[in-house]
Amino acid sequence: MITSLKRTVKWGWISFIRNLGLSVATIFIVLLVIFLTTFFFFFDKISKAVIADIQNKVDVTVYFKTDASKDDVMAARNDISQMSEVKDVVYLSKEEALENFIQKHKDDPMMMESLREVGDNPFLPSLNIVTWQASQYETVTKLIGQASYQNQIEKVDYFQRKPVIDKVFAVVGSINNGGFIVGLVLIGIAILVVLNTIRIAIANSNEEIATMRLVGASNWFIRGPFLFQGIVVGMIATALAFLVTFGIALGFNNSLSVFLPGLSFYNLFLQNIWALIFYQILTGVGLGVLSSMIAIRRYLKV
Amino acid sequence: MVAIENVSFKINKPEFVSVVGRSGAGKTTLLRMILAEESPSRGRIFFDNQDVHRIKKSQLYQLRRKIGTVFQDYKLFPDKTTFENVAYVMEVMGAGDKDIKANVSEILSIVGLENRADNFPKELSGGERQRAAIARALIHRPSVILADEPTGNLDPYNTFEIIRLLIKIYEMGTTVILATHDKEVINALGKRVITLEDGKVVRDEERGRFIL
Repeated sequence: MITSLKRTVKWGWISFIRNLGLSVATIFIVLLVIFLTTFFFFFDKISKAVIADIQNKVDVTVYFKTDASKDDVMAARNDISQMSEVKDVVYLSKEEALENFIQKHKDDPMMMESLREVGDNPFLPSLNIVTWQASQYETVTKLIGQASYQNQIEKVDYFQRKPVIDKVFAVVGSINNGGFIVGLVLIGIAILVVLNTIRIAIANSNEEIATMRLVGASNWFIRGPFLFQGIVVGMIATALAFLVTFGIALGFNNSLSVFLPGLSFYNLFLQNIWALIFYQILTGVGLGVLSSMIAIRRYLKV
Repeated sequence: MVAIENVSFKINKPEFVSVVGRSGAGKTTLLRMILAEESPSRGRIFFDNQDVHRIKKSQLYQLRRKIGTVFQDYKLFPDKTTFENVAYVMEVMGAGDKDIKANVSEILSIVGLENRADNFPKELSGGERQRAAIARALIHRPSVILADEPTGNLDPYNTFEIIRLLIKIYEMGTTVILATHDKEVINALGKRVITLEDGKVVRDEERGRFIL
Protein backbone atom coordinates (compact mmCIF):
# COMPACT_ATOMS: atom_id res chain seq x y z
CA MET A 1 0.00 0.00 0.00
CA ILE A 2 2.72 2.46 1.03
CA THR A 3 4.90 1.32 -1.90
CA SER A 4 1.95 1.86 -4.25
CA LEU A 5 1.29 5.30 -2.82
CA LYS A 6 4.98 6.20 -3.09
CA ARG A 7 5.01 5.13 -6.75
CA THR A 8 1.79 7.02 -7.47
CA VAL A 9 3.38 10.18 -6.07
CA LYS A 10 6.68 9.50 -7.89
CA TRP A 11 5.10 8.94 -11.34
CA GLY A 12 2.63 11.78 -10.86
CA TRP A 13 5.44 14.18 -10.00
CA ILE A 14 7.78 12.92 -12.77
CA SER A 15 5.00 13.29 -15.32
CA PHE A 16 4.20 16.78 -14.02
CA ILE A 17 7.84 17.86 -14.38
CA ARG A 18 8.49 16.17 -17.75
CA ASN A 19 5.36 17.77 -19.24
CA LEU A 20 5.97 21.11 -17.55
CA GLY A 21 4.59 23.22 -20.42
CA LEU A 22 1.26 21.44 -20.35
CA SER A 23 1.23 21.43 -16.54
CA VAL A 24 1.78 25.21 -16.39
CA ALA A 25 -0.94 25.81 -19.01
CA THR A 26 -3.37 23.68 -16.97
CA ILE A 27 -2.43 25.54 -13.77
CA PHE A 28 -3.31 28.86 -15.41
CA ILE A 29 -6.68 27.61 -16.64
CA VAL A 30 -7.54 26.30 -13.17
CA LEU A 31 -6.23 29.59 -11.73
CA LEU A 32 -8.72 31.52 -13.89
CA VAL A 33 -11.62 29.46 -12.55
CA ILE A 34 -10.46 30.00 -8.96
CA PHE A 35 -10.28 33.76 -9.65
CA LEU A 36 -13.80 33.67 -11.00
CA THR A 37 -15.18 31.86 -7.93
CA THR A 38 -13.15 34.19 -5.68
CA PHE A 39 -14.66 37.18 -7.46
CA PHE A 40 -18.17 35.87 -6.85
CA PHE A 41 -17.24 34.99 -3.28
CA PHE A 42 -16.31 38.63 -2.58
CA PHE A 43 -19.18 39.96 -4.72
CA ASP A 44 -21.55 38.06 -2.43
CA LYS A 45 -19.84 39.36 0.74
CA ILE A 46 -19.74 42.96 -0.51
CA SER A 47 -23.33 42.98 -1.73
CA LYS A 48 -24.45 41.53 1.61
CA ALA A 49 -22.50 44.24 3.45
CA VAL A 50 -24.09 46.92 1.25
CA ILE A 51 -27.57 45.46 1.76
CA ALA A 52 -27.01 45.24 5.52
CA ASP A 53 -25.89 48.88 5.50
CA ILE A 54 -28.96 49.98 3.54
CA GLN A 55 -31.19 47.96 5.84
CA ASN A 56 -29.60 49.61 8.85
CA LYS A 57 -30.37 53.00 7.40
CA VAL A 58 -34.03 52.20 6.86
CA ASP A 59 -36.21 53.00 9.82
CA VAL A 60 -39.74 54.22 10.58
CA THR A 61 -40.58 57.27 12.64
CA VAL A 62 -43.95 57.69 14.29
CA TYR A 63 -44.75 61.35 15.03
CA PHE A 64 -47.23 62.06 17.81
CA LYS A 65 -49.54 65.04 18.00
CA THR A 66 -48.08 68.07 19.69
CA ASP A 67 -50.41 67.71 22.69
CA ALA A 68 -49.53 64.05 23.34
CA SER A 69 -48.02 63.69 26.81
CA LYS A 70 -44.71 61.96 27.44
CA ASP A 71 -46.62 59.20 29.32
CA ASP A 72 -48.82 58.54 26.28
CA VAL A 73 -45.79 58.30 24.02
CA MET A 74 -43.94 56.06 26.47
CA ALA A 75 -46.99 53.77 26.73
CA ALA A 76 -46.98 53.52 22.92
CA ARG A 77 -43.23 52.85 23.04
CA ASN A 78 -43.81 49.96 25.48
CA ASP A 79 -46.50 48.55 23.25
CA ILE A 80 -44.36 48.77 20.10
CA SER A 81 -41.25 47.27 21.68
CA GLN A 82 -43.36 44.21 22.65
CA MET A 83 -43.79 43.40 18.94
CA SER A 84 -41.60 40.45 17.89
CA GLU A 85 -40.59 42.23 14.67
CA VAL A 86 -39.16 45.25 16.49
CA LYS A 87 -35.45 45.42 17.25
CA ASP A 88 -35.28 48.87 18.84
CA VAL A 89 -37.50 51.86 19.65
CA VAL A 90 -35.99 55.25 20.51
CA TYR A 91 -38.01 58.08 21.99
CA LEU A 92 -37.26 61.63 20.88
CA SER A 93 -39.04 64.45 22.77
CA LYS A 94 -40.02 67.77 21.16
CA GLU A 95 -37.17 69.48 23.01
CA GLU A 96 -34.57 66.93 21.91
CA ALA A 97 -35.77 67.20 18.31
CA LEU A 98 -35.39 70.99 18.45
CA GLU A 99 -31.94 70.68 20.03
CA ASN A 100 -30.86 68.19 17.33
CA PHE A 101 -32.08 70.58 14.61
CA ILE A 102 -30.21 73.51 16.12
CA GLN A 103 -27.02 71.49 16.47
CA LYS A 104 -27.29 70.32 12.87
CA HIS A 105 -28.07 73.70 11.33
CA LYS A 106 -26.40 76.17 13.66
CA ASP A 107 -24.05 77.30 10.90
CA ASP A 108 -26.86 77.80 8.41
CA PRO A 109 -28.29 81.32 8.97
CA MET A 110 -31.24 80.66 6.61
CA MET A 111 -32.42 77.66 8.61
CA MET A 112 -31.95 79.41 11.93
CA GLU A 113 -33.84 82.46 10.63
CA SER A 114 -36.70 80.21 9.50
CA LEU A 115 -36.80 78.60 12.93
CA ARG A 116 -37.03 82.04 14.56
CA GLU A 117 -39.85 82.99 12.16
CA VAL A 118 -41.87 79.99 13.28
CA GLY A 119 -41.38 81.16 16.84
CA ASP A 120 -42.64 78.22 18.85
CA ASN A 121 -41.02 74.72 18.87
CA PRO A 122 -42.42 73.25 15.63
CA PHE A 123 -41.15 69.72 16.28
CA LEU A 124 -43.27 66.75 17.36
CA PRO A 125 -42.41 64.04 19.86
CA SER A 126 -41.54 60.87 17.98
CA LEU A 127 -40.61 57.21 18.22
CA ASN A 128 -37.92 55.90 15.91
CA ILE A 129 -38.46 52.21 15.17
CA VAL A 130 -35.95 49.71 13.78
CA THR A 131 -37.09 46.20 12.88
CA TRP A 132 -35.00 43.04 12.49
CA GLN A 133 -35.69 42.87 8.77
CA ALA A 134 -36.61 45.57 6.29
CA SER A 135 -39.63 43.57 5.12
CA GLN A 136 -41.14 43.83 8.61
CA TYR A 137 -41.69 47.62 8.48
CA GLU A 138 -44.95 47.23 6.65
CA THR A 139 -46.37 44.84 9.28
CA VAL A 140 -45.24 47.05 12.16
CA THR A 141 -46.74 50.13 10.49
CA LYS A 142 -50.05 48.32 10.01
CA LEU A 143 -50.11 47.19 13.66
CA ILE A 144 -49.46 50.76 14.81
CA GLY A 145 -52.35 51.91 12.62
CA GLN A 146 -54.72 49.58 14.55
CA ALA A 147 -53.36 50.43 18.03
CA SER A 148 -55.36 52.17 20.80
CA TYR A 149 -53.04 55.21 20.68
CA GLN A 150 -53.70 55.59 16.98
CA ASN A 151 -55.69 58.84 17.47
CA GLN A 152 -52.62 60.47 19.08
CA ILE A 153 -50.45 59.84 16.05
CA GLU A 154 -49.87 62.76 13.72
CA LYS A 155 -48.12 60.80 10.93
CA VAL A 156 -46.00 57.74 10.18
CA ASP A 157 -43.20 58.55 7.77
CA TYR A 158 -42.95 55.01 6.42
CA PHE A 159 -45.73 55.69 3.94
CA GLN A 160 -43.82 58.70 2.56
CA ARG A 161 -40.58 56.73 2.15
CA LYS A 162 -42.14 53.43 1.10
CA PRO A 163 -41.69 53.88 -2.69
CA VAL A 164 -37.97 54.70 -2.23
CA ILE A 165 -37.43 51.77 0.16
CA ASP A 166 -39.23 49.36 -2.19
CA LYS A 167 -37.17 50.57 -5.13
CA VAL A 168 -33.86 50.17 -3.29
CA PHE A 169 -34.72 46.60 -2.31
CA ALA A 170 -35.96 45.75 -5.79
CA VAL A 171 -32.68 47.00 -7.30
CA VAL A 172 -30.54 45.16 -4.73
CA GLY A 173 -32.59 42.00 -5.27
CA SER A 174 -32.16 42.22 -9.06
CA ILE A 175 -28.40 42.75 -8.74
CA ASN A 176 -28.15 39.73 -6.44
CA ASN A 177 -30.25 37.46 -8.64
CA GLY A 178 -28.58 38.67 -11.84
CA GLY A 179 -25.12 38.27 -10.31
CA PHE A 180 -26.00 34.77 -9.16
CA ILE A 181 -27.20 33.68 -12.61
CA VAL A 182 -24.30 35.32 -14.47
CA GLY A 183 -21.93 33.77 -11.90
CA LEU A 184 -23.40 30.31 -12.38
CA VAL A 185 -23.14 30.57 -16.18
CA LEU A 186 -19.55 31.87 -16.07
CA ILE A 187 -18.44 29.24 -13.56
CA GLY A 188 -20.16 26.56 -15.65
CA ILE A 189 -18.29 27.70 -18.77
CA ALA A 190 -15.01 27.87 -16.84
CA ILE A 191 -15.47 24.33 -15.51
CA LEU A 192 -16.08 23.07 -19.05
CA VAL A 193 -12.88 24.80 -20.20
CA VAL A 194 -10.88 23.13 -17.39
CA LEU A 195 -12.45 19.74 -18.10
CA ASN A 196 -11.56 20.09 -21.75
CA THR A 197 -7.99 21.23 -21.07
CA ILE A 198 -7.31 18.27 -18.77
CA ARG A 199 -9.12 15.94 -21.18
CA ILE A 200 -6.82 17.05 -24.01
CA ALA A 201 -3.77 16.68 -21.75
CA ILE A 202 -4.78 13.11 -20.86
CA ALA A 203 -5.84 12.31 -24.45
CA ASN A 204 -2.16 12.77 -25.38
CA SER A 205 -1.44 9.84 -23.07
CA ASN A 206 -4.22 7.57 -24.31
CA GLU A 207 -1.83 5.13 -26.05
CA GLU A 208 0.36 5.08 -22.98
CA ILE A 209 -2.65 4.31 -20.79
CA ALA A 210 -3.66 1.46 -23.12
CA THR A 211 -0.12 0.05 -22.97
CA MET A 212 -0.14 0.31 -19.17
CA ARG A 213 -3.27 -1.84 -19.17
CA LEU A 214 -1.65 -4.35 -21.56
CA VAL A 215 1.48 -4.75 -19.43
CA GLY A 216 -0.65 -5.59 -16.40
CA ALA A 217 -1.20 -2.32 -14.53
CA SER A 218 -4.41 -2.22 -12.50
CA ASN A 219 -6.81 0.68 -13.08
CA TRP A 220 -5.86 2.37 -9.79
CA PHE A 221 -2.14 2.05 -10.55
CA ILE A 222 -2.79 3.92 -13.82
CA ARG A 223 -5.27 6.40 -12.39
CA GLY A 224 -3.21 7.29 -9.30
CA PRO A 225 -0.45 9.40 -10.94
CA PHE A 226 -3.01 11.35 -13.03
CA LEU A 227 -5.03 12.10 -9.90
CA PHE A 228 -1.88 13.15 -8.06
CA GLN A 229 -1.02 15.45 -10.97
CA GLY A 230 -4.55 16.89 -10.71
CA ILE A 231 -3.96 17.53 -6.99
CA VAL A 232 -0.58 19.19 -7.65
CA VAL A 233 -2.07 21.40 -10.38
CA GLY A 234 -4.98 22.32 -8.09
CA MET A 235 -2.71 23.06 -5.09
CA ILE A 236 -0.33 25.27 -7.08
CA ALA A 237 -3.24 27.11 -8.72
CA THR A 238 -4.88 27.54 -5.28
CA ALA A 239 -1.65 28.85 -3.71
CA LEU A 240 -1.16 31.33 -6.58
CA ALA A 241 -4.79 32.44 -6.45
CA PHE A 242 -4.57 32.96 -2.69
CA LEU A 243 -1.38 35.03 -2.97
CA VAL A 244 -2.81 37.18 -5.76
CA THR A 245 -6.07 37.67 -3.80
CA PHE A 246 -3.99 38.70 -0.78
CA GLY A 247 -2.03 41.17 -2.95
CA ILE A 248 -5.22 42.65 -4.43
CA ALA A 249 -6.84 42.91 -0.97
CA LEU A 250 -3.80 44.78 0.31
CA GLY A 251 -3.30 46.95 -2.78
CA PHE A 252 -6.93 47.92 -3.32
CA ASN A 253 -7.80 48.06 0.36
CA ASN A 254 -9.65 51.36 0.19
CA SER A 255 -11.31 50.95 -3.22
CA LEU A 256 -14.40 49.39 -1.69
CA SER A 257 -15.24 52.57 0.18
CA VAL A 258 -16.73 53.75 -3.13
CA PHE A 259 -19.56 51.27 -2.55
CA LEU A 260 -19.68 51.62 1.18
CA PRO A 261 -17.76 54.11 3.32
CA GLY A 262 -15.59 52.28 5.83
CA LEU A 263 -15.66 48.95 3.99
CA SER A 264 -12.08 47.63 3.76
CA PHE A 265 -11.10 44.94 1.27
CA TYR A 266 -8.23 43.79 3.46
CA ASN A 267 -10.53 43.43 6.51
CA LEU A 268 -13.05 41.56 4.40
CA PHE A 269 -10.19 39.26 3.25
CA LEU A 270 -9.05 38.65 6.84
CA GLN A 271 -12.58 38.09 8.15
CA ASN A 272 -13.27 35.46 5.49
CA ILE A 273 -9.79 33.97 5.17
CA TRP A 274 -10.72 30.37 6.15
CA ALA A 275 -13.86 30.29 4.05
CA LEU A 276 -11.83 31.71 1.15
CA ILE A 277 -9.09 29.08 1.55
CA PHE A 278 -11.77 26.39 1.69
CA TYR A 279 -13.51 27.60 -1.50
CA GLN A 280 -10.24 28.06 -3.37
CA ILE A 281 -8.98 24.57 -2.45
CA LEU A 282 -12.39 23.10 -3.24
CA THR A 283 -12.40 24.75 -6.66
CA GLY A 284 -8.72 24.13 -7.53
CA VAL A 285 -8.09 20.64 -6.19
CA GLY A 286 -11.67 19.52 -6.74
CA LEU A 287 -11.57 20.55 -10.39
CA GLY A 288 -8.11 19.05 -10.93
CA VAL A 289 -9.07 15.68 -9.47
CA LEU A 290 -12.58 15.53 -10.93
CA SER A 291 -11.39 16.45 -14.43
CA SER A 292 -8.62 13.84 -14.30
CA MET A 293 -11.09 11.17 -13.12
CA ILE A 294 -13.57 11.96 -15.89
CA ALA A 295 -10.91 12.30 -18.59
CA ILE A 296 -9.08 9.06 -17.81
CA ARG A 297 -12.22 6.92 -17.48
CA ARG A 298 -12.65 6.36 -21.21
CA TYR A 299 -9.07 5.19 -21.73
CA LEU A 300 -9.23 2.48 -19.09
CA LYS A 301 -11.53 0.27 -21.15
CA VAL A 302 -8.79 -1.67 -23.04
CA MET B 1 -15.90 -8.99 -42.05
CA VAL B 2 -14.31 -11.87 -40.12
CA ALA B 3 -10.61 -11.57 -39.18
CA ILE B 4 -10.15 -15.21 -38.13
CA GLU B 5 -12.50 -18.16 -38.31
CA ASN B 6 -12.51 -21.77 -37.10
CA VAL B 7 -9.07 -21.49 -35.57
CA SER B 8 -8.31 -24.19 -33.02
CA PHE B 9 -4.94 -25.20 -31.57
CA LYS B 10 -3.23 -25.87 -28.29
CA ILE B 11 0.17 -24.63 -27.17
CA ASN B 12 2.06 -26.53 -24.48
CA LYS B 13 4.59 -25.03 -22.15
CA PRO B 14 7.33 -24.37 -22.81
CA GLU B 15 7.00 -24.20 -26.57
CA PHE B 16 8.28 -21.94 -29.35
CA VAL B 17 5.45 -21.41 -31.83
CA SER B 18 5.52 -19.17 -34.87
CA VAL B 19 2.26 -17.91 -36.35
CA VAL B 20 2.85 -16.99 -39.98
CA GLY B 21 0.78 -15.56 -42.75
CA ARG B 22 0.52 -12.64 -45.14
CA SER B 23 -0.35 -9.18 -43.85
CA GLY B 24 -4.03 -9.24 -42.90
CA ALA B 25 -4.11 -13.03 -42.39
CA GLY B 26 -5.22 -12.54 -38.77
CA LYS B 27 -1.94 -12.98 -36.85
CA THR B 28 -2.24 -9.80 -34.81
CA THR B 29 -5.95 -10.38 -34.13
CA LEU B 30 -5.10 -13.81 -32.76
CA LEU B 31 -2.48 -12.38 -30.40
CA ARG B 32 -4.79 -9.55 -29.33
CA MET B 33 -7.45 -12.11 -28.45
CA ILE B 34 -5.02 -14.12 -26.30
CA LEU B 35 -4.29 -10.87 -24.44
CA ALA B 36 -8.06 -10.19 -24.16
CA GLU B 37 -7.59 -6.93 -26.03
CA GLU B 38 -10.25 -8.16 -28.46
CA SER B 39 -13.11 -10.61 -27.93
CA PRO B 40 -14.08 -13.41 -30.32
CA SER B 41 -17.68 -13.34 -31.58
CA ARG B 42 -17.70 -17.13 -31.18
CA GLY B 43 -15.40 -19.65 -29.52
CA ARG B 44 -13.20 -19.54 -26.45
CA ILE B 45 -9.56 -18.99 -25.54
CA PHE B 46 -8.10 -20.69 -22.49
CA PHE B 47 -4.99 -19.64 -20.63
CA ASP B 48 -4.01 -21.99 -17.79
CA ASN B 49 -7.51 -23.53 -18.03
CA GLN B 50 -9.12 -20.08 -17.60
CA ASP B 51 -11.44 -18.68 -20.28
CA VAL B 52 -9.77 -15.31 -20.82
CA HIS B 53 -12.90 -13.64 -22.16
CA ARG B 54 -14.85 -14.40 -19.01
CA ILE B 55 -12.46 -12.36 -16.90
CA LYS B 56 -13.89 -8.99 -15.76
CA LYS B 57 -12.21 -5.97 -17.39
CA SER B 58 -11.12 -4.66 -14.01
CA GLN B 59 -9.41 -8.01 -13.27
CA LEU B 60 -7.69 -8.45 -16.66
CA TYR B 61 -4.40 -7.15 -15.28
CA GLN B 62 -3.99 -10.47 -13.44
CA LEU B 63 -3.99 -12.38 -16.75
CA ARG B 64 -1.74 -9.83 -18.43
CA ARG B 65 0.86 -10.09 -15.66
CA LYS B 66 1.39 -13.72 -16.72
CA ILE B 67 2.03 -12.67 -20.32
CA GLY B 68 4.88 -10.56 -21.66
CA THR B 69 4.05 -8.74 -24.88
CA VAL B 70 6.43 -7.39 -27.53
CA PHE B 71 4.64 -5.06 -29.93
CA GLN B 72 5.69 -4.33 -33.50
CA ASP B 73 5.54 -0.59 -32.77
CA TYR B 74 7.34 -1.16 -29.42
CA LYS B 75 4.72 0.78 -27.39
CA LEU B 76 7.40 2.12 -25.04
CA PHE B 77 6.33 4.93 -22.71
CA PRO B 78 7.77 8.05 -24.38
CA ASP B 79 8.16 10.02 -21.15
CA LYS B 80 10.00 7.26 -19.31
CA THR B 81 13.65 6.29 -19.69
CA THR B 82 14.66 2.78 -20.81
CA PHE B 83 15.21 1.82 -17.17
CA GLU B 84 11.84 3.25 -16.11
CA ASN B 85 10.04 1.55 -19.02
CA VAL B 86 11.34 -1.85 -17.95
CA ALA B 87 10.99 -1.16 -14.22
CA TYR B 88 7.34 -0.10 -14.66
CA VAL B 89 6.15 -3.70 -15.07
CA MET B 90 7.85 -4.76 -11.83
CA GLU B 91 6.46 -1.71 -10.04
CA VAL B 92 3.00 -2.64 -11.26
CA MET B 93 3.46 -6.05 -9.64
CA GLY B 94 4.52 -4.48 -6.35
CA ALA B 95 8.21 -5.52 -6.35
CA GLY B 96 10.58 -3.77 -3.96
CA ASP B 97 12.96 -1.04 -5.13
CA LYS B 98 16.12 -3.14 -4.51
CA ASP B 99 14.72 -6.08 -6.50
CA ILE B 100 13.72 -3.77 -9.32
CA LYS B 101 17.14 -2.14 -9.51
CA ALA B 102 18.98 -5.48 -9.57
CA ASN B 103 16.61 -7.19 -12.05
CA VAL B 104 16.30 -4.30 -14.47
CA SER B 105 20.08 -3.79 -14.60
CA GLU B 106 20.51 -7.51 -15.26
CA ILE B 107 17.91 -7.69 -18.05
CA LEU B 108 19.25 -4.52 -19.67
CA SER B 109 22.69 -6.09 -19.83
CA ILE B 110 21.18 -9.32 -21.30
CA VAL B 111 19.57 -7.29 -24.12
CA GLY B 112 22.71 -5.14 -24.47
CA LEU B 113 21.17 -1.87 -23.30
CA GLU B 114 23.10 -1.36 -20.06
CA ASN B 115 24.55 1.88 -21.41
CA ARG B 116 21.17 3.18 -22.61
CA ALA B 117 19.35 2.89 -19.27
CA ASP B 118 18.91 6.65 -18.85
CA ASN B 119 17.93 7.38 -22.45
CA PHE B 120 14.37 8.09 -23.55
CA PRO B 121 12.84 5.94 -26.35
CA LYS B 122 13.21 8.76 -28.89
CA GLU B 123 16.96 8.65 -28.27
CA LEU B 124 17.20 4.93 -29.14
CA SER B 125 17.54 3.26 -32.56
CA GLY B 126 14.82 0.91 -33.86
CA GLY B 127 16.75 -2.18 -32.76
CA GLU B 128 17.43 -0.71 -29.34
CA ARG B 129 13.77 0.17 -28.88
CA GLN B 130 12.75 -3.36 -29.77
CA ARG B 131 15.30 -4.78 -27.33
CA ALA B 132 13.98 -2.43 -24.64
CA ALA B 133 10.45 -3.70 -25.41
CA ILE B 134 11.66 -7.30 -25.09
CA ALA B 135 13.37 -6.47 -21.79
CA ARG B 136 10.06 -5.00 -20.57
CA ALA B 137 8.18 -8.12 -21.66
CA LEU B 138 10.66 -10.38 -19.87
CA ILE B 139 11.40 -8.56 -16.66
CA HIS B 140 8.64 -10.16 -14.57
CA ARG B 141 9.44 -13.68 -15.86
CA PRO B 142 6.06 -14.32 -17.52
CA SER B 143 5.08 -17.84 -18.51
CA VAL B 144 4.30 -16.73 -22.08
CA ILE B 145 5.82 -14.13 -24.40
CA LEU B 146 3.67 -12.83 -27.25
CA ALA B 147 5.85 -11.23 -29.92
CA ASP B 148 3.91 -9.50 -32.69
CA GLU B 149 6.20 -8.87 -35.68
CA PRO B 150 9.07 -7.95 -33.36
CA THR B 151 11.48 -7.72 -36.29
CA GLY B 152 9.13 -5.92 -38.68
CA ASN B 153 10.99 -2.62 -38.52
CA LEU B 154 14.53 -3.98 -38.17
CA ASP B 155 17.49 -4.62 -40.50
CA PRO B 156 18.72 -8.24 -40.95
CA TYR B 157 21.47 -7.87 -38.33
CA ASN B 158 19.08 -6.61 -35.64
CA THR B 159 16.43 -9.12 -36.74
CA PHE B 160 18.66 -12.08 -35.89
CA GLU B 161 19.78 -10.43 -32.65
CA ILE B 162 16.14 -10.29 -31.55
CA ILE B 163 15.39 -13.85 -32.69
CA ARG B 164 18.47 -15.13 -30.81
CA LEU B 165 17.11 -13.35 -27.72
CA LEU B 166 13.69 -15.00 -28.12
CA ILE B 167 15.29 -18.45 -28.49
CA LYS B 168 17.30 -17.79 -25.33
CA ILE B 169 14.09 -16.89 -23.49
CA TYR B 170 12.45 -20.09 -24.73
CA GLU B 171 15.42 -22.17 -23.64
CA MET B 172 15.09 -20.67 -20.17
CA GLY B 173 11.57 -22.21 -19.97
CA THR B 174 9.24 -19.54 -21.34
CA THR B 175 6.65 -20.22 -24.03
CA VAL B 176 7.15 -17.92 -27.01
CA ILE B 177 4.40 -17.16 -29.54
CA LEU B 178 5.94 -15.29 -32.44
CA ALA B 179 3.78 -13.71 -35.15
CA THR B 180 5.77 -12.87 -38.27
CA HIS B 181 5.78 -12.86 -42.05
CA ASP B 182 9.58 -13.03 -42.23
CA LYS B 183 10.40 -16.14 -44.29
CA GLU B 184 14.10 -16.26 -43.39
CA VAL B 185 13.40 -16.09 -39.69
CA ILE B 186 10.91 -18.98 -39.81
CA ASN B 187 13.10 -21.18 -41.94
CA ALA B 188 16.10 -20.58 -39.67
CA LEU B 189 14.15 -21.41 -36.51
CA GLY B 190 13.09 -24.97 -37.31
CA LYS B 191 10.29 -24.86 -34.69
CA ARG B 192 6.49 -25.34 -34.72
CA VAL B 193 4.77 -23.17 -37.34
CA ILE B 194 1.04 -22.41 -37.55
CA THR B 195 0.18 -20.94 -40.95
CA LEU B 196 -2.85 -18.67 -41.29
CA GLU B 197 -4.50 -17.82 -44.58
CA ASP B 198 -7.55 -15.54 -44.76
CA GLY B 199 -8.19 -16.11 -41.08
CA LYS B 200 -8.03 -19.90 -41.22
CA VAL B 201 -5.32 -22.33 -40.06
CA VAL B 202 -4.03 -24.04 -43.22
CA ARG B 203 -0.99 -25.79 -41.68
CA ASP B 204 0.25 -26.65 -38.18
CA GLU B 205 3.64 -28.40 -38.38
CA GLU B 206 6.07 -29.41 -35.61
CA ARG B 207 9.18 -28.35 -37.54
CA GLY B 208 7.55 -26.10 -40.04
CA ARG B 209 8.82 -23.92 -42.83
CA PHE B 210 7.46 -20.76 -44.37
CA ILE B 211 5.19 -21.90 -47.21
CA LEU B 212 2.57 -19.52 -48.57
